[in-house]
Amino acid sequence: MYDKTKYLTAGDKALDMEFGNSISEQINNKIRSMAEAIGTQDIKGIVELVPTYRSLMIHYDPLETSYDQLVDSLKELENNLENISLPAPEVIEIPTLYGGDYGPDIENVSKHNDLSIEEVIKIHTSGEYLIYMLGFTPGFPYLGGMDTRIATPRLATPRTKISGGSVGIAGSQTGIYPIDSPGGWQLIGKTPIPLYDSQRESPILLKAGNYIVFKSIDEKDYLEIEEALKKGTYQYKIYPKKEESDDHGAN
Amino acid sequence: MGQIKINKPGLLTTVQDLGRYGYQQFGVSVSGVMDHVSARLANILVGNDEQEGLLEVTMLGPEIEFLDSVVIAVTGGDLLPTLNNQSINMNKSILVNKGDKLSFSGIKNGCRSYVAFSGAIEVPKLMGSKSTFTRGKIGGFEGRALKQGDILTIGKQSKPLSSLAGKENLENLYKYSNNIELRVIMGPQEDAFTKEGLETFLNNEYKVTNECDRMGYRLDGEKIEHKDGGDIISDGIAMGAIQVPSHGSPVIMMADRQTTGGYTKIGNVISVDLPKVAQAKPGDKITFKKIELKEAHKLLMDLEDKIAYIKEQCMKEKEIIRTIKYNLKVNGITYDVKVEELKN
Repeated sequence: MYDKTKYLTAGDKALDMEFGNSISEQINNKIRSMAEAIGTQDIKGIVELVPTYRSLMIHYDPLETSYDQLVDSLKELENNLENISLPAPEVIEIPTLYGGDYGPDIENVSKHNDLSIEEVIKIHTSGEYLIYMLGFTPGFPYLGGMDTRIATPRLATPRTKISGGSVGIAGSQTGIYPIDSPGGWQLIGKTPIPLYDSQRESPILLKAGNYIVFKSIDEKDYLEIEEALKKGTYQYKIYPKKEESDDHGAN
Repeated sequence: MGQIKINKPGLLTTVQDLGRYGYQQFGVSVSGVMDHVSARLANILVGNDEQEGLLEVTMLGPEIEFLDSVVIAVTGGDLLPTLNNQSINMNKSILVNKGDKLSFSGIKNGCRSYVAFSGAIEVPKLMGSKSTFTRGKIGGFEGRALKQGDILTIGKQSKPLSSLAGKENLENLYKYSNNIELRVIMGPQEDAFTKEGLETFLNNEYKVTNECDRMGYRLDGEKIEHKDGGDIISDGIAMGAIQVPSHGSPVIMMADRQTTGGYTKIGNVISVDLPKVAQAKPGDKITFKKIELKEAHKLLMDLEDKIAYIKEQCMKEKEIIRTIKYNLKVNGITYDVKVEELKN
């Protein structure tokens, strides 16, 4: 993390608050605090916020505020971040059916790392993954915190179509494809839960700063969840993240 | 109220408004019109709210049949619009009748026209916007470009059609040329380039390649030198951001850009000049000129003043000084004719 946050112009309607030049939970925590702080204030001219790995992009309307005014307000908030009580991040459970037709590359992952398929699943389901940011396609989460024991290089030849809900591994990252798209990730499973659903009250399920956990399910569970989703009776499993003593070391 | 039918879709005709804001943090692209100024003027001319839904027409225009009477206005790039094969004026609101057909016969200048309809295009708002994001199949008309046979609904107009027709914008805010100067604010990753790289960018001409669409414009020209490659940890991308990946050729990010990206951005086209990008075609030549942020904001305020003035002119009701009635007989048929003398 930088000693002093950089304020960078991104055209005449946006600016970046850049907090560092690495990917870390500490920086992410600062971004979350800053976004929360801005949310509690009514700063004139702010259009929307886009949190990313190491910066917070602030889109603003220059007809409503001057750049200098805006930066002054932001700096004042930044200086008082200790006073922001950040609500505990949420953890959302992603039921996932591993292997078989749902995760055709799980054997690649097990062979590459000299693990059994069961061990791959056990390791993948044991972590809480921080959602650093969403981007690439609507609702695509950039997740941190995967155990390097299951890290596997991307496919040599990307697939032209990966169906939405596919769970994959690329290098030391894991992720979920929200909508059908091309891609080169090693597919290890699939979730019936749509990360993007235009008809849902919140079309995008995930939010930067929260966490996800994967839960291994069988085909019967998968079909039941699919059915419940269709009927609108599926209950998303979301709970506050438990504080860890060594967590949130930031400021 | 009424309907229009798409007889021919053209190259890429989509329903757009000024964009889908508030969802970039979820990875949802802003989309919306490429040329904000022309779109706002089209809506102003037909008495709509500026941010209303209209059609963005690209290069090869569609053929649209009117199933009901409505007032339309065509703005932006001049794709030679015709009504029932007679050419019509750009930047003027025109009453069209049931059965009339609007088409486009070529390209005089620019690349994108905007067609606004009094009452605006009615499609469901998705995440607060009528804009179509075709890559994500989101919004607009069924999340896609228009196809032959599509029937779109037009909402209720703000005033009677007769008082909406005949508005004209004579202010020529943009001249679309094949040689385009774009003013830019440097950054946010200006520091990632060598001094020579920055000079290359500001002192050379770049050609618009065939790879230019609603997502971005890939340019070809002198390679821009980085200090240490073009990759960064992904961050946000504003409209008009000029990305330079490691290959050294710039890409201007436009309406359908991804919300985040991992390439260095050398600068950002100022808002006032974005319509020039939206109207640029393959083969057009672009140069970049660095200006300061304060100047960009001043230019934007001046532009807004001009748009406000045009809007004021269009909102003015015609003032009738006196009405004279005539009784005319032409070829044996009698007509009642009403003539209104207007105050200038």
